[in-house]
Amino acid sequence: MSILPFIEGEPIAGRQLIGQDLAWLTTRRQAGIERFQKTGLPTQKLESWKYTRLRPLDDTRYLPVDAGGTDISIDTVPSVGDVAARLVFVNGRLRADLSDISELPEGVRFDTLENVLAEDPLWVEANMGSVAKDADQAMLALNDAMMDSGFVLHVQKGKALTKPVEVVFIGGLTDQAIAYFPRNLIVLEEASQATLVKHHVGHGRAEYFANSVSEIAVGDAANFKHYKVQAESIHAAHVATVHTRIGRDANYEGFGLSIGGLLSRTETNITLAGQGANAGLHGAYMMRGNEHCDNTSYIDMAVPNTTCNQVFKGVLDDASRGVFQGKIHVARDAQKADGRMLNKTLLLSNDAEIDSKPELEIYADDVQCAHGMTTGQLDTTALFYLRSRGIPEALARNMLVQSFLGDALEEISDENVREVFLDRVVHWLPAHCFLAGEWKESA
Amino acid sequence: MLEIKDLHATVGGTEILKGLHLVVEPGEVHAIMGPNGSGKSTLSYVLAGREGYDVTGGRIIYNGEDLTNLEPEERAAKGIFLAFQYPVEIPGVPNSTFLNEALNAVRRYRGEEEMDKIEFIKMLRAKTKELSMSDEMLKRAVNVGFSGGEKKRNEVLQMAILEPTLAILDETDSGLDIDALKIVADGVNALRSPERSSLVITHYQRLLDYIVPDKVHILAKGRIQHTGGKELAHELEAKGYADFVGEAA
Ligand SMILES: Nc1ncnc2c1ncn2[C@@H]1O[C@H](COP(=O)(O)OP(=O)(O)O)[C@@H](O)[C@H]1O
Ligand SMILES: [Mg+2]
Repeated sequence: MSILPFIEGEPIAGRQLIGQDLAWLTTRRQAGIERFQKTGLPTQKLESWKYTRLRPLDDTRYLPVDAGGTDISIDTVPSVGDVAARLVFVNGRLRADLSDISELPEGVRFDTLENVLAEDPLWVEANMGSVAKDADQAMLALNDAMMDSGFVLHVQKGKALTKPVEVVFIGGLTDQAIAYFPRNLIVLEEASQATLVKHHVGHGRAEYFANSVSEIAVGDAANFKHYKVQAESIHAAHVATVHTRIGRDANYEGFGLSIGGLLSRTETNITLAGQGANAGLHGAYMMRGNEHCDNTSYIDMAVPNTTCNQVFKGVLDDASRGVFQGKIHVARDAQKADGRMLNKTLLLSNDAEIDSKPELEIYADDVQCAHGMTTGQLDTTALFYLRSRGIPEALARNMLVQSFLGDALEEISDENVREVFLDRVVHWLPAHCFLAGEWKESA
Repeated sequence: MLEIKDLHATVGGTEILKGLHLVVEPGEVHAIMGPNGSGKSTLSYVLAGREGYDVTGGRIIYNGEDLTNLEPEERAAKGIFLAFQYPVEIPGVPNSTFLNEALNAVRRYRGEEEMDKIEFIKMLRAKTKELSMSDEMLKRAVNVGFSGGEKKRNEVLQMAILEPTLAILDETDSGLDIDALKIVADGVNALRSPERSSLVITHYQRLLDYIVPDKVHILAKGRIQHTGGKELAHELEAKGYADFVGEAA
């Protein structure tokens, strides 16, 4: 049996891997395999995996991406519209015909990891693993070993991207279960600015497993907006591990919209490493059927005068399940830290379930930190109020769900992205009969 | 015409309405007065079809049709409107969108065409002005951040737009100063016509100086205890409920 029982065949030997001529990368892959062999897949005995079991991986054997299936015609690729550049991966392989990186501004590199490994391996070597260091994270180790796709976004000192860059990962579209392992490297140098939108979408009924890692370095006084839609197919497993380091007076704004995937987990690790650093980490999740969505985060307020804010709101229908685990850690000398965390979930069904665990771990004495969580059902008085005005029940329910999620989506400062995400929310709702346009106008 | 016959209703298993009779002819305005907890709001919810307010006996006939098994939205489409004692805040849904959705829903239900957007906005602006409300209140989320008086005016605005044939106003006067009270009364009076009727639930006679009722009923212990003309409201104000409630109990 292979050491990765859910992967068909040997993980590395005999396969075409990106950067396979680079000794340092082979060493990294080997070390990843060894670490993963020690830990195995995360189990629920681990505190950070307490509520999520990687069920599909027990029952499925996935083929690595070089099994093909990437030349299928695709007519719709999600987009936020007006972007500076776009990369599209299908089943972990770049689709050049759907991508366009020809008009990037000076000082910005945005390309596949494969290309950057070929053109500038020293840069990758210097940056990969500089932020994502956690030796105990099995899913990071697995990605270290198996990375087969992904992208690099590098913005030089003082440069600004005025339009977002966009990356689309499309999974499925094959007859066989496949696995792919994107590795993303994002470096914003001092005082630079960029907005990145990632779409993870599934097509068809195929099973697939996407294990991605993003490493993000936000330099001093830089400003990074990082938006993600996860709309995987109902047969997909999506596990994302994000490591972010935020420098002095730098600003990070993250928003994750999770609206699909049999099993999904996003684990975000943020270090507020310089004074004046600020992180907003927000999200909304909407699940139905047997879907399971886990948002786990760890924010380390490592130095004085940092701020962070988290607003996560979700709607769970049928027998779906949500997990929110958030920990804000304030280091001993990190005075004047201001950390907030809020998780609210609306349960639309008696079979839906949320495990919510916001935590503060404070070692400094002069801080302002707060966390909260609520779980509730649709407000029957509000529902009656709308219906008493003639609004049919289904529409009234939709309005209340939108109303509930509204203030999480307000955290998206890019108006265009917010609109696209709102549209996603509206289309998730049953019989989307609400006036999406007007709702968006006002939001 | 509204005809309530021997209505019994329970809330959470407790019987609140215990054999209530009431007939409101088209064009009439009836006032319902009664002490706190006498079942006034319960009656209004039962008429509007709120879940959890269960009719256990009797009938509610509106324009020849039994309402008891109709959904709230169906009743709204049939012309019933309840101005809530405590209007509900709906964050994130703009007031104008809400009003537009409500009107279109009612029109669709009646097999009428949806109102043209521009026409709707024009109509909305005019009604808003009549109620001395600012346009800004249309952009804000439904009732969010509205003062008590603004919420009540917003109820009357909804009524003015939906043009119900039976308007039930549950203590729409409470918390209003005299100017606001007049504006609300004007709004209700503007809808008076030979086909339309109203049930005005109030605690105070004051509102009835502006919306002059055809009949006044005293509701206590789940039943109409006494019915009279508009002068009954003045009598009540002077004597209190005790006499009236006592006499039938
Ligand atoms: N949801 C409820 N569950 C149980 N009892 C209720 C509920 N709502 C109202 N009641 C009771 O019903 C009675 C009538 O209440 P209500 O109709 O609100 O009176 P009014 O509007 O005349 O003040 C009161 O005794 C009140 O406590
Ligand atoms: Mg009441």
